[in-house]
Amino acid sequence: MRQNHNLIQPKQKWLHGFWLVLALSFFSLFILVPLFAVFSNALSKGWQLYFHSIAEPDAMASIKLTLLTAAISIPLNLIFGIAASWAIAKFDFVGKKFLITLIDLPFSVSPVISGMIFVLLFGAQGYLGPWLIAHNVKIIFTPFAIIIATLFVTFPFVARELIPLMESLGNDQEEAALTLGASAWQTFFYVTLPNVKWALLYGVILLNARAMGEFGAVSVVSGHIRGHTNTMPLHVEILYNEYDFVGAFAVASLLALLALFTIVAKSLVEWKSNIKREVLA
Amino acid sequence: MQFSWKKPSILPGFKLTLGYSLFYLSLLVLIPLSTLFLKSASLHWADFWNTITAPRVLAAYRLSLLTALIAAAINTVFGLLLAWVLTRYSFPGKRIMDSLIDLPFALPTAVAGITLTTLYAPNGLIGKYLAALGINVAYTPLGIILALTFISLPFVVRTVQPVLETLDPDMEEASACLGAKRLATFFYIILPQLRPALFTGFSLAFARALGEYGSVVFISGNMPFKTEMTPLLIMTKLEQFDYTGATSIAVVMLLFSFLILMTINLMNWKLAK
Repeated sequence: MRQNHNLIQPKQKWLHGFWLVLALSFFSLFILVPLFAVFSNALSKGWQLYFHSIAEPDAMASIKLTLLTAAISIPLNLIFGIAASWAIAKFDFVGKKFLITLIDLPFSVSPVISGMIFVLLFGAQGYLGPWLIAHNVKIIFTPFAIIIATLFVTFPFVARELIPLMESLGNDQEEAALTLGASAWQTFFYVTLPNVKWALLYGVILLNARAMGEFGAVSVVSGHIRGHTNTMPLHVEILYNEYDFVGAFAVASLLALLALFTIVAKSLVEWKSNIKREVLA
Repeated sequence: MQFSWKKPSILPGFKLTLGYSLFYLSLLVLIPLSTLFLKSASLHWADFWNTITAPRVLAAYRLSLLTALIAAAINTVFGLLLAWVLTRYSFPGKRIMDSLIDLPFALPTAVAGITLTTLYAPNGLIGKYLAALGINVAYTPLGIILALTFISLPFVVRTVQPVLETLDPDMEEASACLGAKRLATFFYIILPQLRPALFTGFSLAFARALGEYGSVVFISGNMPFKTEMTPLLIMTKLEQFDYTGATSIAVVMLLFSFLILMTINLMNWKLAK
């Protein structure tokens, strides 16, 4: 295609150069400069303060809570994603399209609204509030609320990767396995799973990035209690608002590393499996 | 013939997987989301109307719509350019650039927010030069547009790129052979084929920008009537335990996003016909 392109317009080299420079400038301004700024701000007062900021107890507590949140969100939404895509992709039933739309719902809701619905449900003035208070159960402003809100915002990731792939693969292989006497679980583990493993991993990578990085939804339900209900993004906000810029950027740099790791892992899976790049992340 | 809602199949596990999916979906998504509509149904119409037409709320709607629209428009132009350069040109570092386009999706929004604010604050790395020119970015609508452009940057690139990759070069050659200038070929041959992808990318970017919270909260300064976005206003109302006010504003915002999504689906459906 490129040869054709050159064949069509041999004389306009300078125009090529112009577009390329314009694109690279925009890219640098919006992607490279901010990425560089995260690390340079974090290290602006040297490595010692950098490590000190990360090892600080409240920062460590926020890292632990973020890891815990991801560790719970991944398996729960993974199991759902597999179950939903099996039901939707392997069978034909009325209301299938509608079900897919419902699964995608959390992606079309603003993060603040995603957090707010759990306040309306579990908050002191919420629908279940009086019952929860009567039974001495606290949900809002606890780590539990953060995990629920994260489960909500990361809900569709695995399902939306698996459904189109499993639909395109069809049922022939599974039907063959069953006819040859394989049990249901054997069919799933030896036939279906190997076919979709890359898509599954892809979904988990995106899910993990969102689970660890979510800000708006968890911000609403967290209550910002230091060392208790602060995830890493929330801790970044607190430090930043207290003018502890090195501390804020030190924790932020860990999240930026996570972002770079996500991009590399995502590119590797795309390259390994020819998965089409995800538009909606 | 008897009506059946499901086609027969020899595959096992339908009831288990569908049952579990519906159970989990209801518990985590449908029941929590329904509280929003339950709450708004319990509002009095007059209260609801007064809340959503209060001057401060209208100012927030106007600002959100305007800044999201501008950010999506910037990304449509530059997204097309980036997609073009990534598919048609070859230069060192192209693959890295291609992967890094996804950074705004992978980078937590709070990190984007504090980084852009620090860069563009009057004493920041870029902000100080702009301040010398008399341009303030941080804590102004300009800063909001900047943050929204950042977080919605990948949408247009990622919707246009695959279409550009599969464009048939024959048509461009034919156009050139028939004497069309390169610009004419671009506007009459290439652009019409990209229009659906551009539109989808634009709408996705617009919808995302409309609901964005994390990056904007830092750079906007959150001044009522001036730089207060709709999601920030909802947050403020929640912090004041004004649940009914927050719900009213949220419902209007949610209807907006659904309207955008419906438009995308309708357009895609029309274009697919």
